[in-house]
Amino acid sequence: MSATLDATPRLMPAKRDEAVAARLGRRRKTTDQVVRILCLLATVIGLLFLLSIIVTLVYKGLDALSPRVFTTPTKPTGENGGLVNAIVGSLIQTGIGTAIGTPIGLLVGTYLAEYSRGSRLGNAVRFVSDVLLSAPSILIGLFVYQILVVPFGGFSGWAGCVALAVIVIPIVVRTTEDMLRLIPDTLREAVIGLGSPKWKMITLICWRAAASGLATGILLAIARVAGETAPLLFTSLGNNSWSMNLSGPFPSLPITIYAYAGSPYEDWIALAWTGALIITLGVLSLNILARTVLRSRK
Amino acid sequence: MSEARHIVTSYGQELQRLRTLMTEMGGMVENQVALATQAIVSGDPAVATQAVELDASVDAHDRDAEQMVIRMLALRQPLANDLRQIVAAMKITAALERIGDYAKNMARRSIVLGQYRLPFSMTGLANMSRLVQENLKLVIDALGENDADKARQVWVSDQAIDEIYNSIFRELVTYMMEDARNITPCTHLLFIAKNLERIGDHATNIAEHVHYAVTGEALTEQRPKGDGSAYAVVRLPDDVDAA
Amino acid sequence: MNEVVSAGGSATMGMSAAMPRSSATLASARVAIRNLDFYYGENKALKGIALDLPERQVTGMIGPSGCGKSTLLRVLNRMYDLYPGQRATGEVMMDGENILADDVDRNALRSRVGMVFQKPTPFPMTIYENIAFGVKLHESLSKSAMDERVEWSLSRAALWGEVKDRLDSSAMGLSGGQQQRLCIARTIAVRPEVILLDEPTSALDPLSTLKVEELIDELKRDFTIAIVTHNMQQAARCADQVAFFYLGEVVEVAPAAQLFTAPKQKRTQEYITGRFG
Repeated sequence: MSATLDATPRLMPAKRDEAVAARLGRRRKTTDQVVRILCLLATVIGLLFLLSIIVTLVYKGLDALSPRVFTTPTKPTGENGGLVNAIVGSLIQTGIGTAIGTPIGLLVGTYLAEYSRGSRLGNAVRFVSDVLLSAPSILIGLFVYQILVVPFGGFSGWAGCVALAVIVIPIVVRTTEDMLRLIPDTLREAVIGLGSPKWKMITLICWRAAASGLATGILLAIARVAGETAPLLFTSLGNNSWSMNLSGPFPSLPITIYAYAGSPYEDWIALAWTGALIITLGVLSLNILARTVLRSRK
Repeated sequence: MSEARHIVTSYGQELQRLRTLMTEMGGMVENQVALATQAIVSGDPAVATQAVELDASVDAHDRDAEQMVIRMLALRQPLANDLRQIVAAMKITAALERIGDYAKNMARRSIVLGQYRLPFSMTGLANMSRLVQENLKLVIDALGENDADKARQVWVSDQAIDEIYNSIFRELVTYMMEDARNITPCTHLLFIAKNLERIGDHATNIAEHVHYAVTGEALTEQRPKGDGSAYAVVRLPDDVDAA
Repeated sequence: MNEVVSAGGSATMGMSAAMPRSSATLASARVAIRNLDFYYGENKALKGIALDLPERQVTGMIGPSGCGKSTLLRVLNRMYDLYPGQRATGEVMMDGENILADDVDRNALRSRVGMVFQKPTPFPMTIYENIAFGVKLHESLSKSAMDERVEWSLSRAALWGEVKDRLDSSAMGLSGGQQQRLCIARTIAVRPEVILLDEPTSALDPLSTLKVEELIDELKRDFTIAIVTHNMQQAARCADQVAFFYLGEVVEVAPAAQLFTAPKQKRTQEYITGRFG
């Protein structure tokens, strides 16, 4: 070390103890290896479960998978029935439920992100929305049962749609608010600075800037409600015939699976597996679609 | 004026170095002028040679200062008082270098002058030189101390020097008209006197630069000048033409 | 020994009297700020500001961080209205009316006082739509008139040559310097009277910075400009008059040449020569 004449104290340590450094280094390496192995182990276990579910689904579901499933409605056992009414029923209820819930969720999310920053009302709304997000869906089913089934004297497809909408709303609220909050305030100020009223700033610029994120949120909401069973149990009940009347009991795939899986008939059980496979594949493709949408618009 | 230190210490140090260069240079040219005057009055060629040899380091300082100024302008982007000081430094060192050259020329002429026997005394010239040296010292003090008041003092006192120069001019012309053998030495003396007067002018220039550098205001009024020698006509009493 | 004697030569350099860049030394004030106080909640950020923005000149604002320069800028187009808890008292006179009054139409004000921010903020749309957006807020133009306006603003922003063949491509694909010039074009497209620039080049590379400064020089022929900058040399290059802010007050206002060669206040001199701040 060169002798130094200045008064400032040297901040560098005088000399490294090589032995200590080496020992610490070895300990670090060992810890690193151990943790790495544990993570790998956990991943393998998780993947094993996932793979076993998928493999079982595919194996058992492929059995009864045939064009008949998509062309024939449900029939009593032994009559070569299919699942088309349940599939179409699910599609319709999911579609309408999303159509009702999305605009509401969008507007509430926009309100939370743009109009109520830090206000008490906004915080309360956000809290309620978050609670609803994690509420058991059976409770939602019961709630809609009380307001839409009991007063009207019967189960209906509309009640089912409303129940699904109630599940969709908090999901869309959360993603809308999160996506809008990601937009930097400088962009908002730039728009306002041009003399734009607030509503135009939100609809023409903010929504447009967050478009891919908002779309992803909607897709994820759809994926979620596509497989919901409990809320539909108390609202649309399910229907074994080809009924497109939303004012009465309405068929849906999860309920049909529930009914068939608990029955003692082999063909029904096989169809239940097929139905489960169809739902799984549908939700999987929606998720993949959501991801590619988000990635392509970036 | 107590100035806060620059946040970047090297900047302050460079400015200090520039200042030191200038004051060193000032000291050297003061010395040169004193030695040159001594050589003229005493006729000692050794003293004259000393004065001449000093000029080399004066020139070297001038070159160094110029390099420093250009470098600081490029690298520091100086503003306000720093900018004024740096630009003033360039002009001041140039003026000091000119003073050194005049002193060197005076010293050279003194060697030639030493070969002549002069029938008159050189008190006038000695007085003028004393005044010039006082002014020079004052302005170099002003430079070193960043003193605008001293600079202003120098600025107004150049007139006295010019007046002495005028009288010396007349005196020398009279000697030349009296006796033709006086012409050569008197001409040399005239040049010497002119050099002294120019030194005084340059000292005043330096004072103006110092004042601007320190205060940001120029000494804009007409500088008091008294050099009427360009227009003077000297006549001997018997020469007055009646016609 | 044949030197030229300069009789009574005064060898002073520099300018003791200020020489403003523009010939309109007695330009009237486009915006006159009087007695302006600004509060972030209880904290008084601006104290009794009095400043004129002369017509068609560039006013630079310099000062240490947090001393109120950007805050003042955001008062001039009432951007602070977006945030509760921020308020301004005093007068900011523009065309004889106080823009701080409650009954002022803020959208109309912002079409007359435009702002360019530090970070370029292109809208997520095509270049053409970016420019047209602001114009459509206040005017209803035919397609050809809008095309003209878009071309005019992109040309004034020195961007037309680089984008004229891809007006329908996304604005997000431009470089940083181009995006900032786009933001400037967008601001001038609505034909404001005053343009506020908040550190417009601090996120740009040196070449883009110079292009924007050249732009400012040209724009001031038609617009009154106020620019906040941390870069003293930029203020020296761009501004006609410069205001030095410290702790929420205006310490000194002077023509740029004067402020940077012979400032009157000790604080100003210490800041610009790097002795504090």
